[in-house]
Amino acid sequence: MGCAMKDKMKSKRRIRVLIAKPGLDGHDRGAKVVARGLMNAGMEVVYLGLRNTPDQIAEASVQEDVDVLALSCLSGAHMALLPRTVRLTKKRIGKSVLFIAGGIIPAKDVSKVKELGIAKIFGPGTTIDEIREFIEYHA
Amino acid sequence: MQKEQERKKEFRTTVDGILVNPVYTPDDLVGFEKDTSLPGEYPFTRHIRPDGYRRRLWTMRQYAGFATVEETNKRYKYLFDQGNTGFSVAFHLPTQIGYDSDHPLAAGEVGRVGVAIDSLKDMEELWEGISLANVSTSMTINATAPIILAMYIAAAEKQGAKQSQLSGTIQNDILKEYVARNTYIFGPEPSMRLTTDLCDYCAHNVPRWNSISICGYHMREAGATAIQEGAFTLANGIAYVQAMIKKGLSVDSFAPRFTFMMACNMNLFEEAAKFRAMRRLWAKIMRERFAAKEKRSFMFRFHVQNDGFTSTAQQPKNNIARTTIAALACIMGGCQSLCTTSYDEALALPSEESVRIALRTQQIIAYESGVGDVVDPLGGSYYVECLTNELERGMKEYIEAIDEMGGALKAIESGYIQKELVRSSYDYQKAVDSGEQVVVGVNRFRVEEKLDADLLEIDERIERKQKERLKKLRKERDNKKVKRTLNKVHQMAESDENIMPVLIEAVKTYATVGEIADALRSVFGEYHETSII
Repeated sequence: MGCAMKDKMKSKRRIRVLIAKPGLDGHDRGAKVVARGLMNAGMEVVYLGLRNTPDQIAEASVQEDVDVLALSCLSGAHMALLPRTVRLTKKRIGKSVLFIAGGIIPAKDVSKVKELGIAKIFGPGTTIDEIREFIEYHA
Repeated sequence: MQKEQERKKEFRTTVDGILVNPVYTPDDLVGFEKDTSLPGEYPFTRHIRPDGYRRRLWTMRQYAGFATVEETNKRYKYLFDQGNTGFSVAFHLPTQIGYDSDHPLAAGEVGRVGVAIDSLKDMEELWEGISLANVSTSMTINATAPIILAMYIAAAEKQGAKQSQLSGTIQNDILKEYVARNTYIFGPEPSMRLTTDLCDYCAHNVPRWNSISICGYHMREAGATAIQEGAFTLANGIAYVQAMIKKGLSVDSFAPRFTFMMACNMNLFEEAAKFRAMRRLWAKIMRERFAAKEKRSFMFRFHVQNDGFTSTAQQPKNNIARTTIAALACIMGGCQSLCTTSYDEALALPSEESVRIALRTQQIIAYESGVGDVVDPLGGSYYVECLTNELERGMKEYIEAIDEMGGALKAIESGYIQKELVRSSYDYQKAVDSGEQVVVGVNRFRVEEKLDADLLEIDERIERKQKERLKKLRKERDNKKVKRTLNKVHQMAESDENIMPVLIEAVKTYATVGEIADALRSVFGEYHETSII
């Protein structure tokens, strides 16, 4: 391995991912499994836990200087929460962030959510590897 | 000669489950205590009743609630017409967490996962045309259980019913909310006070009401194995019994009204054996540990919902087959009441068609299969008896470990139970991702499909409609009276007295769930979890 390559690897920091659950939804099995899976894949993961407002999530994204913001919602409140979270985060963070989401998002809402800047929705049946690969490619 | 290889390296009931042999014989029962009890006899391994379902079938109780009270009332009447024999209320998240529909944190959540109930007015209209003196109702509500039960009682009284006539169950199981499900408001200590206040009140005033339904379901959904589900549920049960005794009540005064709610996963024999093992173990705990005397105090009576987690979003109609298998396990396992999961529940709340098929699944088992005609039809199977023994042993080991930690409350506070679930759920995910655990339609036998046809949609206008109702209520009620009664709620929360009477008084003034919860928050504060991943 050449010196330049080594330097590049040294300077390349690990991908920082914030996983958050907006709203009142308590279904956290998926968010926790993904958090653990991405950590095991070498990413730096912060799991923000439950009952966060869009404002709190945007604030945490700035604080944690994240590359990826992953939002999980299974309560059906996604249309009220995801767009607002993305908008506030974009406004405050001052850099490009990869937005992804998971949970129960009906097909009819997927295109609407994507238009707002969420790159990909990972629904039920997704493997951890699919999420990891997507992040590594796009982040 | 090389031995022909088996299909799998090892055969387990589930990922992280029990290792099973190719065949079972009487030798597999050696070393375990011999249990020759008949159904209806201590320790009730085979069934709590001697005659099983021969006199009366299990209660068919589909879980339902969405949008506003009008839509939900319509669904209840539909289910009743279709042969549903008990009601089961799903509340939307704001009601469960003590916020009114117009609270900023309720934005987007109104009427989504259940029905919006803000005040007694909503509760009255929810039961419009349904006589509460003559039905059995289950309510899935925990942190705000005392407020919601107060509303139910007040609504029933308005219909002319007496408290002594009311029959049903309230979940009121806060401990599992800190482990899974997560609709807590207050910390464990004040929450336990509210839980036991409710049980105490019912024991004296609403004698036919099951004042708690101790749940394994949500822990199973969060990743638990069958052994973990059984063990953590019974450990929580022990904690509640201890808390009631500490309150000064005799065990036989409340234990007959303790019930359970379990999940049912896909391994038919393990699930049926799990219910047998839990019946036996709970009876022993109640007799040996708590010196209960009443027969009913020994009985592990339970409702089941087959695991929503096993439903797939892919090829959703396959879930009808999954639900059938699980429902068989529940009935062969001797459940008292059953909610079969509708085939579209991985995608949305059930549609009228999907919930009807789920109910029909129970009816086909009940009236066509003959499965309910003989009590404990699996009893005596070497395999099922051995599984029952092994599950009981596994649960006992966990309960002993939890005892050593100082009980379920301590085990939850230290994060022990949460860590166990996180580990099991991650192991399961890895097994599915690697293909070692086959999920039909998800990691094998896939097809191209168009998702989301004919799902139940919650109209976005519901939120505005509910907020307007609330605004009207706040304008029309006697707000001075509301304020006085809320002050009284605050005072009673500070005292050691039972909270239920003042809550019944408060809901009758049309104080809302959010207002009453706020009065309690002002005394108890709020709980914030430390996430464990």
